[in-house]
Amino acid sequence: MKPLLLVFLLMISISSHAVDSRQLSDPKQQESYETLTKELRCLVCQNQTIADSNAELAGDLRRQVYEMLEQGKSEQDIIRFMTDRYGDFVLYKPPFEGKTSLLWIAPVVFLFMGLMMVFFVIRRKRANAKVHVDALEINTEKQKKVRSLLEKGELS
Amino acid sequence: MLKYIIPLLLFIILAVFLGLGLNLKPNDIPSPFINKPAPHFSAPKLNAPEEKLTPADLKGQVWLFNVWASWCVSCRAEHPILNQFAKQYAVVIIGLNYKDEPEDAKTWLKTLGNPYNVSIMDQDGRIGIDYGVYGVPETFVIDKKGLIRYKHTGPVSVADVQNIFLPLIAKLEAES
Repeated sequence: MKPLLLVFLLMISISSHAVDSRQLSDPKQQESYETLTKELRCLVCQNQTIADSNAELAGDLRRQVYEMLEQGKSEQDIIRFMTDRYGDFVLYKPPFEGKTSLLWIAPVVFLFMGLMMVFFVIRRKRANAKVHVDALEINTEKQKKVRSLLEKGELS
Repeated sequence: MLKYIIPLLLFIILAVFLGLGLNLKPNDIPSPFINKPAPHFSAPKLNAPEEKLTPADLKGQVWLFNVWASWCVSCRAEHPILNQFAKQYAVVIIGLNYKDEPEDAKTWLKTLGNPYNVSIMDQDGRIGIDYGVYGVPETFVIDKKGLIRYKHTGPVSVADVQNIFLPLIAKLEAES
């Protein structure tokens, strides 16, 4: 058990460390650095944030974020800097607009469709269950009849 | 009847989406630079580091801006096509030697040929960031006014030269 626990602890320590960590003197800026690098996509690997990725470009983009924060740029400034160059794709949270509306609305639509399906399936199941109960009742009646017939047979 | 139509409809919808998905190119991220001015840089030339080149120096001509590096495998595939392109059609090709060692880059050009009028150095990748470069090689087409008109991601093929670059360059050359 103990070795297994150790393995899990090791896994935690690996995933919680950034690829390289930069320290900003201002804790507020440090916080911005961490949120920004977690919201920006690494364009080479596409399914990793620049905080997670050790691709060269991700490293350069982290440096860029760090330097801009040091220069006193705001989070919005940095987001704009990135989208000006790489488009909305660089953001893990795309803005809500015409092009991206499907992206935002689709999950809600699918959830609604799923709920509808669950509703109909349950309703149908209930209706079926009722039929089964009716059938069962008939059976018990028949069983009674059979039993009484058998009893009669024993008597004669 | 409905029992058959609904699954059929669902299947058709799914097939349409999957079919569209087959033709999507997730690596082709739309460039926000189309019809915008080429970002400024002032970078040392690979073969003469004391001299610098800026996009303003190229105003008045149509030019290609090709991002390359000696460590980039796809660039090696693209290189002979660029050589041929430069020799046959006399286009201005400026190279952005991206995150490379100058010595490696020079050796590469010596052994494989040099299609570039000038190559400039971007050792720390800052010009790359300004141009939204994420996958080398990339090729930009810049018009006489200094506006980026087209961006090609990945190696340029012979078919790309014939079908995309040549018609576009001809069109841009005709503009005043």
